[in-house]
Amino acid sequence: MDSGMSGGRLPPTPAQTVGPFFPPLLAPAALSDLTRRRPDAPPARGEPVRLTGRVLQEGGGPVANFVVEIWQADCDGRFDHPADRGNAPADRNFAFWGRAATDGDGRYAFRTIKPGPVAAAEGGFAAPHIAVTLLGSGLMRRLVTRVYFPDEPRNEADPLLRSIADASLRQRLIARRVADPEAPPGTLSLAFDIVLRGEAETPFLAD
Amino acid sequence: MSGSASEADLRIRFERYDDRTQPARILPRYRATQRRNPAAAPLDFAPGLGEIAGPVFDPDLLRPGENDLAAAAGGGRRALGQLIHLSGRVLDEDGRPVRRSLVELWQANGAGRYRHDADENSAPLDPDFIGVGRTMTDDEGRYVFRTIKPGAYPVPDSGNWWRPPHLHFSLFGTSWMSRLVTQMFFPGEPLNAHDHILNAVPDAAARERLVCRVAENPLLPEPALGFAFDIVLRGRAETPWIPG
Ligand SMILES: [Fe+3]
Repeated sequence: MDSGMSGGRLPPTPAQTVGPFFPPLLAPAALSDLTRRRPDAPPARGEPVRLTGRVLQEGGGPVANFVVEIWQADCDGRFDHPADRGNAPADRNFAFWGRAATDGDGRYAFRTIKPGPVAAAEGGFAAPHIAVTLLGSGLMRRLVTRVYFPDEPRNEADPLLRSIADASLRQRLIARRVADPEAPPGTLSLAFDIVLRGEAETPFLAD
Repeated sequence: MSGSASEADLRIRFERYDDRTQPARILPRYRATQRRNPAAAPLDFAPGLGEIAGPVFDPDLLRPGENDLAAAAGGGRRALGQLIHLSGRVLDEDGRPVRRSLVELWQANGAGRYRHDADENSAPLDPDFIGVGRTMTDDEGRYVFRTIKPGAYPVPDSGNWWRPPHLHFSLFGTSWMSRLVTQMFFPGEPLNAHDHILNAVPDAAARERLVCRVAENPLLPEPALGFAFDIVLRGRAETPWIPG
């Protein structure tokens, strides 16, 4: 590794695109359901959520074969990770991370639960949200964004949402409540389209 | 509810990537980049607990043999092509091993064809090659794969741009901030100098870090090309920890 040394620090390996051939074997349906770590395990605690949406490119066309990954806290805002020093354990039945590939219509779908608020770098708490990574052909580096929840009073105090002055831009980070015939009763059904470029472009976060 | 940020362990530090050591996002010869990358500048924000924590995978996620792509098709025959024994370490920016971390690998077969509906290359499929593998790093951050050397392949509608032989790697590290998807290239390949994806990284030394080394390993259990490829994930001064 000495070729990369500078001042005792190793420079990170460059990213490269996932390309158009991400294997379906690495995106099985089970990975899009965060509410169970395995089929025979008990379900995670919390309000069930079904999150669906489409990935769209410039001009509005759907993007197939894209990889959508989500990452979030459990229903109490905890992570099963040593960086979280909260005084109660995280929900070990929750998967925290999930992956889905988009279909021919650019559509993705996850089953998860509504997360609790999470400690923010600025102090205080981030409103409940789901972090999103996008990988796919045409993306040399990942794109990162967040999905916030509609009708959520804690959005008002969220440091990231507060930093976006333009209300219409801010609104693009908040999912829409939708009627979803595929969602079991009692499920919060949300839609969040991700517009990679162009009109109604989704705000992305620095990475 | 978790403790405040000051109570949480925020000792892992993340700096923004240096753009010279990362690929340009929009490339003239890779048209999909022009329709799929945002026009607006990204929003700056400070990473909180949600970004500093990251997915921890169960070690029993993997079945034995998932790191042997040469035999993973399960037909009892090994895949066609030059057998490769590939090993390396996953490290953070301080050179600490990234332990027990998931590594995913996918690639074209020896003829340059992916087992994927979207691949319209006329090169043949190999019934003995799936082209997908996974493993978990050990306590030294080390991983091992056995596979075959992939063929070069043409990019459709690109004016005869051929991708050099490469492996696709997906890594997680210990944090949401350390997630990395990259590609590994082979030394001495003439197509490397012509690849628009490898050469999208402006810094020559950074490009060189995507090229594996020949590893002369006389202890290999069978005749195979030996290669070594180390990967550095973003993050410094990580608190040593072992997933429970
Ligand atoms: Fe490829």
